[in-house]
Amino acid sequence: MTTQLFGQPVERREDPRLLRGEGRYVDDLGRSAAAAAFVRSPHAHARVLDVDVTGALNVDGLLAVYTFEDLPERVAQPLPLLIPHPALTHPRTQYALARDEINHVGEAVVMVVATDRYRAEDAAERVAVTYEPLAPVVGLEQSEAARTLVHADVPGNRGAHMVQQVGDAPAAIAAAPHRLDFRLDIERSASTPLEGRGVYARWDAQDDSLRVYSSTQTPTGVRAAIAAILELADAKVEVIAPDVGGGFGVKIMHPWPEEILVPWAARTLGREVKWTEDRREHFVAANHERAQEQHVSVGFDDEGRILGLDVTFLHDHGAYTPYGIIVPIITSTQLPGPYRLPAYRVEFSSLYTNTVAVTPYRGAGRPQGVFAMERTVDRIAAHLGLDRTEVRARNFVLPDEMPYDLGLIFQDGRPAIYDSGDFPESLRMLKELIDWDGFTAVRAAAAAEGRRLGIGLGCYVEGTGVGPYEGGHVHVETNGRVMVSTGLSTQGQGHETVFAQIVATELGVPMADVHVTTGDTRRFGYAVGTFASRAAVMSGNAIALAARSVRAKAVKVAADALEANPDDMEIVDGVVRVKGSPADAIPLRQVAVLSNPLRYSFSEEAKAATQFAAPADPDEPPIPRGEAPGLESRDYYSPIRSTFANGMHAVIVEVDPDTAEVKVLRYAVVHDCGNLINPRIVEGQIHGGVAQGVAGALYERMAYDEHGQLLNASFMDFLMPYATEVPRIETAHLQTPSPLNPLGIKGAGEAGVIPGAAAIAAAIEDAEGYPIMRMPLSPDDLFRLRREHAEEAAS
Amino acid sequence: MKPPPFTYHAPATLAETLEVLAELGEDAKVLAGGQSLIPLLNMRLAAPAHLVDVNGVSELDVVDVGPDEVRVGAIARHARIERDDGAAAACPLLRQALRLVAHAVIRNRGTTCGSLAHADPAGEMTAVLAVLGGTVRLASAAAGRVTRRDLTAGKFFVAPLESSLRPGELLESAGFPRTPASTGTAFAEVARRHGDYALCGIAALVDLDAGGEIASARVGTISVTPTPLVVDLTDVLAGVPPARADLAAAREKVMAHVDPEADLHASAAYRRHLAGVLTERAVRQAAARSAHAPAERGAA
Repeated sequence: MTTQLFGQPVERREDPRLLRGEGRYVDDLGRSAAAAAFVRSPHAHARVLDVDVTGALNVDGLLAVYTFEDLPERVAQPLPLLIPHPALTHPRTQYALARDEINHVGEAVVMVVATDRYRAEDAAERVAVTYEPLAPVVGLEQSEAARTLVHADVPGNRGAHMVQQVGDAPAAIAAAPHRLDFRLDIERSASTPLEGRGVYARWDAQDDSLRVYSSTQTPTGVRAAIAAILELADAKVEVIAPDVGGGFGVKIMHPWPEEILVPWAARTLGREVKWTEDRREHFVAANHERAQEQHVSVGFDDEGRILGLDVTFLHDHGAYTPYGIIVPIITSTQLPGPYRLPAYRVEFSSLYTNTVAVTPYRGAGRPQGVFAMERTVDRIAAHLGLDRTEVRARNFVLPDEMPYDLGLIFQDGRPAIYDSGDFPESLRMLKELIDWDGFTAVRAAAAAEGRRLGIGLGCYVEGTGVGPYEGGHVHVETNGRVMVSTGLSTQGQGHETVFAQIVATELGVPMADVHVTTGDTRRFGYAVGTFASRAAVMSGNAIALAARSVRAKAVKVAADALEANPDDMEIVDGVVRVKGSPADAIPLRQVAVLSNPLRYSFSEEAKAATQFAAPADPDEPPIPRGEAPGLESRDYYSPIRSTFANGMHAVIVEVDPDTAEVKVLRYAVVHDCGNLINPRIVEGQIHGGVAQGVAGALYERMAYDEHGQLLNASFMDFLMPYATEVPRIETAHLQTPSPLNPLGIKGAGEAGVIPGAAAIAAAIEDAEGYPIMRMPLSPDDLFRLRREHAEEAAS
Repeated sequence: MKPPPFTYHAPATLAETLEVLAELGEDAKVLAGGQSLIPLLNMRLAAPAHLVDVNGVSELDVVDVGPDEVRVGAIARHARIERDDGAAAACPLLRQALRLVAHAVIRNRGTTCGSLAHADPAGEMTAVLAVLGGTVRLASAAAGRVTRRDLTAGKFFVAPLESSLRPGELLESAGFPRTPASTGTAFAEVARRHGDYALCGIAALVDLDAGGEIASARVGTISVTPTPLVVDLTDVLAGVPPARADLAAAREKVMAHVDPEADLHASAAYRRHLAGVLTERAVRQAAARSAHAPAERGAA
């Protein structure tokens, strides 16, 4: 059937536009808008003593300079805490403009608005801020020592502390035949989308309404925040995410100070105001992720079966906790991965430092958890002299144990229960794909040429598609267009394509007739947002349910018109017809006309449809109670709990014996996200994720010095890998459908990044012959490790 | 990231350029490819009152392969020189090094003379000029008379990002001497990502006599010294065929001469180590490219 598009590798319909440079990003809009620029703190920790704006006042084109003192009451409150949690005993959020204390380099102190960005920056440069520098807290070690406090009223710099446990891990470890204890470290990285943040606001004074374009992953969230803080009716605030040049998590954070300040300034000044974040601002004012220090204790038997695992980790959440403690919670609950842990205890302290705040970046705490778990399994294998895949297989949760309850509470506040998965089969496929068993010969052949190779793997399970809900609206217009909308926004994932595939399949229409709009509160007002690998699961299922309702109504209306039994009807290529009697058919667009008793014949479809119009019953209303005019439906999907995808990556690296450079020779992925809507798009997601995994393993870190200055705040020194550093990726799919949702799908957005650091560390370890306990690893780091181990061996 | 205000000048001829530069003196910066200057302006790390854009001065857009040297003008793009077969035949190190200069899109705009004028000790072309014994030609005008002076790398590069270029002077062209067929050249470097500034780079020049023995050898360095350093290795390598050369001694000598500093991307010890490793690699490769290299050793 031509309309069976679900599961097909359909080409992305957004690509011609995006690849030709015809995308429409925030900065492409509002060419005549006034421009905002910010004076940002050069100090990591300081008191603001005085702000003198007089120097800026004579800059040509200046429209306004705002300090904290200028903000109205609601805008002058600390920004909201999005996700409170009982374990987050000391939450702190920032002010839109610094009130009296600065807590990281880059915190906004003054907002300047001028006729263009050049002049705004000229004026910003002339604002004189007097600071009293305070001792900064940088890094987990300093924060934990707490000789200096980030927030004077947060003792020990500890914002949150949480323990989860299943069984008695310390006792199980104490009683185990073997025990290992070690420390692991992961440094900071960040989402770093190519398009930074951006906000463009238009105030309509006559209509008392606001339209805001924001480069956000949640327009509905931004709208709710703006309406509340600027004291406007929700209905008078429209928020639109146009094309968004990447999000990767950083744009789910909301409201950013600028998302409040720019609309406020637009209303105050009575003119359009736009702010486009530049790269330097993004590094110091948009959130980071990842940094953790982990302490692992594991007890296991002679076969390598884990008997108890106890992990204590410190999580660096920077200066504020606007997004709560989602990241360390995910680390805690996703750490077990595909393994059965008879006893597991995890404890974390989330600590404040005078650095940019930490909120989710693709993977959201999982790369760290997987690093801890996979390094642990590799150490067990090394300790017992067993094959690393064998130790994994011995500890896997098996398919007949599904659904498998971890006994932990996931990020959505609900039990973490694996709904499906076949880990032994995934591992078998991975070993075959990378030729795990043939690697010994490959290594020996390379060694004969003086080359040094290593192989490693990493496994993960990823909770995806968290609730509470997402909605979809499907509307068949009388011209035959099928208009689809959902509230969450898109950042290049391919939603226009996959949502159209779902609707085309469910409704039986050609894909070309389906038009998808995302992230526009004018079209859909209730939504959560695009994060947690949830868009396909949540909006995909909601849209499918809405399409099914539309289909049911279309069949009913057509059956009435054709005097047929609805059960005998089908929709093929946009035509509703009686099965086995193709002449008894009505095009969907005419069904749309029939669905509305008001039938002005503006179009040929309407004229043609009247032939089917049954004479109205004069004793009944034109629209029966409980029904609505039009061929449309709105539906919501709200899951009981998250659905758990999984995957396994294997890597072969070559390490240069002289220069200590690391090159990824092969990268193999076995991925299971349930039913695939579009394998091409899933592979694209995996490729992007793997690139970020390679980044976190070998290139990216945030180089803060002891003063809290970010030394590499540019793409020259922050080493995002180029295409030349990203290996070719070999992918195989396993499809174990989710029993939890109508489409049987699981999320795929974050997957590719999750086991990257773990797998690459394992491969380097295998090549070098000593443990790799921290990531990322630069050639200089490897050079130093080699020297240390050579010295150790010599002494 | 918008530049502070400046006055823009776009002279059409060399004479006009030198006149404007003479008039503006210290307040002017010359804009050629802009691959270093524009980011500095946008980050407001530089704020010259005047920009003199020489991109319209067609007489500076030359790559001239002469009997003695390859001479490139102030606005000859890296990419043009890289693709020039005549220049590559006369002076193979140019193409060997230019392939390592940043990325294709940057080479399409960036100029070799601009890179030399910027005097960044991480710039590949600084070491090429130094190791080949080339010169830069600096032009200035006073009272309508044009003055030119030719400086060697040793005289031109003063310190990181600092050269002997005087206010009012234009780096008009650079000359790279022809490489004889008996001499092989190579450029080896290690960068964090493809096209990044090298953590260390070594340009090598090895001359073999008719018997295939090393007659002379020297290397030039980037990123491990404040200005490009030329280390003569003739004393440790000469008199034997490349296969029997004491590369370990060459390695030691270069490592002893460089003076690397630590930065975000590499420690001083690692950079020094790389200087040794890359010397060995570049010398071996350069020797193999000499017309006098023994055929069976060609791939060594």
